Amino acid sequence: MTEATTIAVGQETHVAEATEGGARSLASDAWRQLKKNPVFWVSVVLITIFVVMAAVPQLFTQTDPTEAILKDARMRPSSEAWFGRDIQGYDIYARTIYGARASILVGVFTTIGTVILGSLLGIMAGFYGGWSDTLISRITDVFLAIPLLLGGILFMSTFPNNANSAYLVVVFKVVLALTILGWPSLTRLMRSSVLQVKPNDYVQAARALGASPWRIIRSHILPNAMAPVIVVSTINLGVYISVEATLSFLGIGLTPPAISWGVSISDALVALRTTPHILLFPSLFLSLTVLAFIMLGDAVRDAFDPKTR
Amino acid sequence: MTTTETSTTATTRGEARRQQTADSVYKPKDGLLLEVDDLFVEFHTDDGIAKAINGVSFDLYQGETLAILGESGSGKSVTAQAIMGILDVPPARITGGQVRYCGQDLLTMPDEQRRKTRGPEISMVFQDALSSLNPVFPVGWQIAEMFRQHRGMNKSDAMERAIKLMQRVQIPAAKERVKAYPHQFSGGMRQRIMIAMAIALDPAVLIADEPTTALDVTVQAQIMELLQELQQERQMGLILITHDLGVVADVADKIAVMYAGRIVERADVYDLYRQPAHPYTKGLLESIPRLDLKGQNLAAIGGLPPNLMNIPPGCAFNPRCRYAQDICKQDRPELREVLPGREAACHFSEEVLNG
Repeated sequence: MTEATTIAVGQETHVAEATEGGARSLASDAWRQLKKNPVFWVSVVLITIFVVMAAVPQLFTQTDPTEAILKDARMRPSSEAWFGRDIQGYDIYARTIYGARASILVGVFTTIGTVILGSLLGIMAGFYGGWSDTLISRITDVFLAIPLLLGGILFMSTFPNNANSAYLVVVFKVVLALTILGWPSLTRLMRSSVLQVKPNDYVQAARALGASPWRIIRSHILPNAMAPVIVVSTINLGVYISVEATLSFLGIGLTPPAISWGVSISDALVALRTTPHILLFPSLFLSLTVLAFIMLGDAVRDAFDPKTR
Repeated sequence: MTTTETSTTATTRGEARRQQTADSVYKPKDGLLLEVDDLFVEFHTDDGIAKAINGVSFDLYQGETLAILGESGSGKSVTAQAIMGILDVPPARITGGQVRYCGQDLLTMPDEQRRKTRGPEISMVFQDALSSLNPVFPVGWQIAEMFRQHRGMNKSDAMERAIKLMQRVQIPAAKERVKAYPHQFSGGMRQRIMIAMAIALDPAVLIADEPTTALDVTVQAQIMELLQELQQERQMGLILITHDLGVVADVADKIAVMYAGRIVERADVYDLYRQPAHPYTKGLLESIPRLDLKGQNLAAIGGLPPNLMNIPPGCAFNPRCRYAQDICKQDRPELREVLPGREAACHFSEEVLNG
């Protein structure tokens, strides 16, 4: 009996290992978790609809959003104009559909901009440490002190749009303003994340096996430090969209003739008491878009955090 | 074990290695691979300066296994990290000495040139293989990375080599398991993968820093066997860092015993076990539990290792030493030859040798 047990212990348990199921990485585990989350699917469906709307608005409407029929101004929703017409006689449905483009463009590009800039600086600060860490962290502190909206107002009123500025120029001016103001939170997050990953043995082992600093960052630091940044930037995407709408509402973000939900909301205010439907539709779409991205960020965060399972 | 003896048992892999060194800029002279010469390392902390290594010297030849033995905080791991050049500077600072690989000083080498020696020339196996493998990549990918990075191989060739290596370190069903992640392997299997990565580029020197400490006893023996096998096959110089006297006895050729950042005794493995020349070594050997002394109290070395910020003057071991006399509190004994081929740093080695 004793002898048999000793032998059994002496063998490494190959069999049990070999029969184990498919590979499970953090990402595949997160995906498995996401698939089960209804919030994730609702947000994905919403986001897909809005992205398609932004890319090919013609799929949703044949009406020209710049065609103003003044005699039908303030018309209530009808079979002819589903969401009714606004003060200028524009078709609200068409303008709401076309307005998605500005929000999605600003949201996506600002997120890309802040993630690239923020991660880069965060990695530099966290990985190299020393004076580069001190310098980057202090600059981050300075920028963090500026509120996003206030900074945006300041930037956009310092560099106002001309009446004949191209659409993309107007959009990217807003993207630039929000990127300049939005990167510090991601830098801070990335820095702390890198500091957490850096002392791990596998980073040390990679050094001992001759990996270059660039390769250590790319293969070992980044994949292990990226998860929180992904989550926060997804949530931020919704925030950037709402800030864009706010700036446009104030008349300094996207300006007519550019079509944007913020501009539509601003235009609707004068007739709020008599024809509230003009305000309702662009506001509803804006809220749904922001909500969709925040829900997605939430779902992704839950999926990446094993403690919430 | 000398080079000439073992070269007859060397397989083609060993030949390949020698072929490779013939092309490389690093050529061992008379089989001498690594010389550590009077190495000093300090750690600068808020509480003061911790003197982790205080003048360590040793040589390593091809096909030789040197065990560095010592308790926690004796400086064995720091020595390994200093050789590899992976000490975090600051807080660590190398304040003196040389580490020569094939005659070239690694410490004064430009960073980029030195980085290129890690992997193909000098390589290392870490203590805890779970945390030493990147959790987000499959193990095969991580082994293949070595070939892609240093040899510029394409993905499929590198992966093929990775599978071969996994087979070489005796991972069952290697082909099916290349895509598995580190957490899907047992401790012993993970250590095998770590070893596969370390030997991937046929290094001339392999440093194993407590390779079996995180494993259970039955697996320990298998891993040591594998290391020894690979070492003989490739004629590597192996530095084995451990605090486990049992692990050392079977594998090592030479032993260096470290205490408070210094080597206190250096000897062939058999001589050291049969007849220690330093009171510390003697204490260590006496503290091994023995079956024939069952029921009796285990002999232990009294006291604690010294605080590295405040190493006692004279011999660092004197407060715990049963041979200690006044001279030990003032004069620090240097490493000296006490018998042919044996060195110890003790004023009373002769008495220790005679029991």
